Amino acid sequence: MNAPVEPAKMHDCRDAFVATLEQLGAANADIVAVCNDSVGSSKLAGFRDKFPERLINVGIAEQNMVGVGAGLANGGKIPFVCAAAPFLTGRALEQIKADVAYSETNVKLVGISSGLAYGELGATHHSIEDFAWIRALPNVPVIAPADRIETAAVIEWAAGFEGGCFLRLSRVGVPDLFAENHRFELGRANVLRKGSDVTLIANGTLSYRAMTAADLLDAKGISARVLNMATVRPIDTEAIVSAAAETGAIVTCEEHTVFGGLGSAVAEVVVDECPVPVPMKRLGVPGVFAPTGSANFLLDEFGMSPQGIADSVTDLLKRKR
Amino acid sequence: MNTHDLRVIANRVRRRDLQAVFEAGAGHIGGELSVTDLLTALYFKIMSVDPANPRAPERDRLVLSKGHTALALYVVLAEKGFIPKDEIATFLKPHSRLNGHPNRTKVPGVETNTGPLGHGLPVGVGMATAAKLNRANWRTFVITGDGEMQEGSNWEAIMSAAQLKLDNLTLIIDHNRLQQGARLADTNDLAPLAPKLAAFGWDVQEIDGHNMDQICAVLDAGQIVTGKPKCIVAHTNKGHGVSFMSDNVAWHHKVPNEEQYNQAMTELKEAAP
Ligand SMILES: Cc1ncc(C[n+]2csc(CCOP(=O)(O)OP(=O)(O)O)c2C)c(N)n1
Ligand SMILES: [Mg+2]
Repeated sequence: MNAPVEPAKMHDCRDAFVATLEQLGAANADIVAVCNDSVGSSKLAGFRDKFPERLINVGIAEQNMVGVGAGLANGGKIPFVCAAAPFLTGRALEQIKADVAYSETNVKLVGISSGLAYGELGATHHSIEDFAWIRALPNVPVIAPADRIETAAVIEWAAGFEGGCFLRLSRVGVPDLFAENHRFELGRANVLRKGSDVTLIANGTLSYRAMTAADLLDAKGISARVLNMATVRPIDTEAIVSAAAETGAIVTCEEHTVFGGLGSAVAEVVVDECPVPVPMKRLGVPGVFAPTGSANFLLDEFGMSPQGIADSVTDLLKRKR
Repeated sequence: MNTHDLRVIANRVRRRDLQAVFEAGAGHIGGELSVTDLLTALYFKIMSVDPANPRAPERDRLVLSKGHTALALYVVLAEKGFIPKDEIATFLKPHSRLNGHPNRTKVPGVETNTGPLGHGLPVGVGMATAAKLNRANWRTFVITGDGEMQEGSNWEAIMSAAQLKLDNLTLIIDHNRLQQGARLADTNDLAPLAPKLAAFGWDVQEIDGHNMDQICAVLDAGQIVTGKPKCIVAHTNKGHGVSFMSDNVAWHHKVPNEEQYNQAMTELKEAAP
C-alpha cells in the first residue's frame, strides 16, 4: 500500500456495525442477532450484554444458523445473522437460497471479515466468491459499504428494509470517505470524485484505494472519476452507462475474484446497455487461491495498490479511442 | 518408541509451537496445546507413515479437522521429517507454505485441506471406505474439536461410518470443553459425547488425552472392534501445559506478550520429562 493514512484515522467497520445495531436494538425489540460462536469476531458482546435474550448463538453450525434466522423472521423478528463471511455464504448457501431468497424472508445476512480480511489464515477463510454466489440469487440485495459511515447507514437501511439482504463487511481499516450525514440508497452509486478521462468503480475496502489511485493519476494529468458502487445487485445501471458515455473507459476494483463479482456485474451493464462499448479492465483476485499474506499485502500483490490501479488505468487508456 | 520418549517430543513440540505463535503474532495456542499429545502419539507411535514418501498408497491417514491448530501439525511434521524444522520460522509469512490452516497441495504429509470446521470426518469416511474397497489395511484417523462437533456434517458422517461398518476409522474428539468464544456448556452443550456416539453405533472409549500411556493403549490396532468405527473421547485441557492458559477461554487465539511468553516457556521447560 503506497499511500498510508495515519492509523488513528483507519476504522474497523465492524465497530460502526455493532454500534448501529445496538442503537436500533434499543429502539426496536424485534431486532435480534444470530451467530455461530462468533460473539467475539462479530463484536456482538455489547449487544449480548444489553439484550441477552436477543442474541442467539447456535454454536458452530452455520446451516442451522441461517435456518434459525429464517424462522425468527417468520415469527416477526428482524434477525441480523452474523458470521465470518466465508462460512455464512459458503457453508449455508443452500439455506440462503431456499430459506431466505426463495422464501422471501426478512433475514439480514451480515458477512463479517469478508474478502481477504483473514489474510494469513488461508484461502478457506477468504470470502472472495460471495458477490458471485449471492448476486446469482433473486430477492437478496448484495451490499458492500466502503467506510464506517456508509456501514452505519447500510445497517440502518437494512433494519427498515422489508426483505432479505447480504451485507458484506470487512475488518480491514479504512478511512472515512463519506460525510457524517450520509444516507444509503439501495442500488444508487455515489460519485466520490468527479473525473472525465476514466471511471474507477469500487466498493468495500477498495473504494479508498481507488480514491488514492485517482490522486496519483491526477498528478499525471489524468482525470479519474471514482464511483462507489456499494450495491452490487441491484446494480446502478444509469451510473455505469453515464460513466461509459462521459469518461469512455472503466476500471473496476474489488476484494473478490474477477469471476462473477462487481467487475462482472459492471461489464454486464456495459455489454447490455451501453450503445457504444468502452474499454474496461476488471481488477480483483485473478481466479486463484491466494498465497499466504495479510489482506493489504495480497491486495497489493494482485495489482490493487493505488499505484497498481493507476498503472492499470494508464494501460487501459492506450486502448481508448 | 516408549511413552517417556513420546512425552519428550510432545514437550519439544509445545515449546516450538509457542515460540512460533509468539514470533508470528498469531495462531491458536489453546487448541494447539490441547492436541499436541494426540498428534505426537499418532505420528511417533501409532501411524505408519514415511516422510520420504508422503503419498505412499499404503500409509495411514491423519486428518486434522480442527485445522485452526495447523501449527501443531506443522511442528510435528517437521519433527518427523516431512518438512525442514527451520521452515516453522516462516509460519504465516508472505508466500510461506505454512498458512494458518493445513494445505495438502503445499505441505507434504497433509492429507486434505481443513479450516472450515466439520469437513474432516466426511473425508475420513471416504478414505476409510477406499481402504475397504482396496482390501487394504491402512487406518484413517480424524481429530475434531469438541465445539466442531456442533457442525451437522459430522453427524451425517457418523451415521455413514456406522452404516459402512468402518472399523478402520478412528475419530478422536479433542474434548477440551471450550470453543472460540465460550465454554461449550454455555453455547451448545454436547456433553456427554460418549453415549451419543454409542447410540449412533460406534465403539466409544474415553481417555485422558494428555496421558501418553492411555493414548497409545487406546489407539493400538488390537483395540479395534470388528465392524464398528471407533470414537475416542479424549478429555483434554485447552492450553494444556501453561498454567494461565489452561482451561481459559481467553486463550483460543490470543498471543502472549513477552512476559507471558517467557513464563509459559519456563513452565514448559520445567515440565520437560
Ligand atoms: C465452519 C466454521 N465456522 C466457524 C469457524 C471459526 N472457528 C475457528 S476455531 C473455532 C472454535 C473451535 O472450537 P473447537 O472445535 O472446540 O476447537 P478447539 O477448542 O480445539 O480449539 C471457530 C468457531 C470455522 N473455522 N469454521
Ligand atoms: Mg474445544
